[in-house]
Amino acid sequence: MAAVGALAVLIPWVAGEAVVNWALLVLLQVVVAQSWNLLAGYGGQVNLGHAAFFGIGALVTRGLWMQGMPVAVALPVGCAAAVGAGLLVGVPSLRLRGPYFAIGTLAMAEILRIVVATVLPEVSALPAELIAGYQLLPRYYLVLLLAVAATGAVWLVEQSRFGMGLLAVREDEGVAEAVGVDSYRHKLLAFLLSASLAGAAGGAFGYYHLSFYPQFAFSPVWTFDAVLMVFLGGIGTVWGPPVGAAFFVLLREALALRLTELHVLVFGAVFVVVVLALPGGLVDFARVLRLRWVRAARPGQA
Amino acid sequence: MEVWLQNVTFGALVGGLYGLAAVGLALVFGVLHMLNVAHGELIMLGGYTTFWLFTLGGLDPYASLLVAGPLLFAVGVALYEGLFGRLVRLHEESKIQLSILIGFGLALVLHALAILAWTADDRAVTAAYAGRVLHVGRLVVPLTRLGGLAVAFAALGGLHLFLQRTDVGRAIRGTAEDWEAASLMGVPVRRVYRTAFALGSALAGVAGSLVAVSDAISPAIGLSWTLKALIVVVLAGLGSILGTFVAGVLLGVAESAAAFALGGVFREVVGLVLFVAVLTLRPQGLFGRKL
Repeated sequence: MAAVGALAVLIPWVAGEAVVNWALLVLLQVVVAQSWNLLAGYGGQVNLGHAAFFGIGALVTRGLWMQGMPVAVALPVGCAAAVGAGLLVGVPSLRLRGPYFAIGTLAMAEILRIVVATVLPEVSALPAELIAGYQLLPRYYLVLLLAVAATGAVWLVEQSRFGMGLLAVREDEGVAEAVGVDSYRHKLLAFLLSASLAGAAGGAFGYYHLSFYPQFAFSPVWTFDAVLMVFLGGIGTVWGPPVGAAFFVLLREALALRLTELHVLVFGAVFVVVVLALPGGLVDFARVLRLRWVRAARPGQA
Repeated sequence: MEVWLQNVTFGALVGGLYGLAAVGLALVFGVLHMLNVAHGELIMLGGYTTFWLFTLGGLDPYASLLVAGPLLFAVGVALYEGLFGRLVRLHEESKIQLSILIGFGLALVLHALAILAWTADDRAVTAAYAGRVLHVGRLVVPLTRLGGLAVAFAALGGLHLFLQRTDVGRAIRGTAEDWEAASLMGVPVRRVYRTAFALGSALAGVAGSLVAVSDAISPAIGLSWTLKALIVVVLAGLGSILGTFVAGVLLGVAESAAAFALGGVFREVVGLVLFVAVLTLRPQGLFGRKL
């Protein structure tokens, strides 16, 4: 763990720009994955409209920053905007159960994406003077900071009384209510936390990219990637999403080079196999393997 | 006024197809309590079946319905045996969630396969009678759309009779109502599940054939058709085939009215807004039983 952390901090000093860009993408996906994991893994709510919060964070942060606001101010404002949207979406939709929450959030995100595509059809490119001052290093460390913060947030939730309540809601809302957990408030708080982290990830994306179509930040791809990474790594765990994100981005880059379109096919198939056969994801799979290995090494005690 | 009437007519014609696209999804959801979010991709496969038969074999698109339906029925059996059937024993909540996730993975796979097989280009089937219209008073009715509506109506009517009048249909309805009771009455519940899932896929296949004639198909149409079907299912509520058809027509009319009054992009938005509104205000749907 310490080695990975040290590597993440040192990468810009030992590796070339391509590797730094790649590491930045991994870390950005860690933030996206953790934000989805927080609500789905601990609260049991499958939010298929997650991209909306990423997009709002990206749009607001980038807009303010390009108008001259320092990114240290613009990013929190972008986060706050995502939380505000989270309130608007979460208050009605969290009363819905199971599949209706999933498809309801998907519908709301699609509405937002279509509206953004209509209102802002032009590509958002940085002006020349901002490109001239563009530096990769601060962006990398910003995303690293966010990834650590997101993982820390999930860890804190897991340790806290709030997290216990959330887990109870995930397992059985009726029982949770019966022992005095206000399930609606727990879900809403988790939803807002998740939205704020997604907004931060979006903000970093808006600060990092030279040019993109505003609607791209709202694309359902961001949601789907998050779902894939979280399930690959291990849903409802602290270390699953980072493992899933690294695995996902690495595999995607490797496959996209060799197989182009086919890499989506591989991901879809791997995803189905993981959902059906490895519900604990890679993290759990590694734990099981290690247990077997330990038992095999000490046959007397098995 | 006349322009409005024309728009409403167009909307109603398209809406029949929406009803057909949704009824397969509703059947699977109602009977198996699984939400197959790859339903739109099955519609796409039906569309490409028709496209292939038309371009390679010169088969009339309406005749190719008879191939697309059974073919997708077989695909449905395979998908049930390989994937969705494994979830049957799970607890209600996790069954729905896992079915959404599996459908999502399946959608990615089918999307990628379709790009490999047919490239990402838009395709359409243009039969000899593609541009013909019927004049009713001063209204213009495209023949292909009218044919689509007729097929949708016939397919849904057939499904209704099948579910009401045959033993298999009765078994399906019984299982949807209460699978434990049905099982105690000697209904082979798993076989019923498989039949219902395959039937849902076959309906998607037929809908896909119609999409290929009256709209365009591409590997990417899956998500938007799944959303359309979901909107119709939520508007209608579960348990009524006629209700699903009516909700489809309603959505079609609402879309074309919004597109005409507010602009083309609102075609997509109005359905989603209706969907969110019904979901929050009347979760059992407009015609559904109380949950």
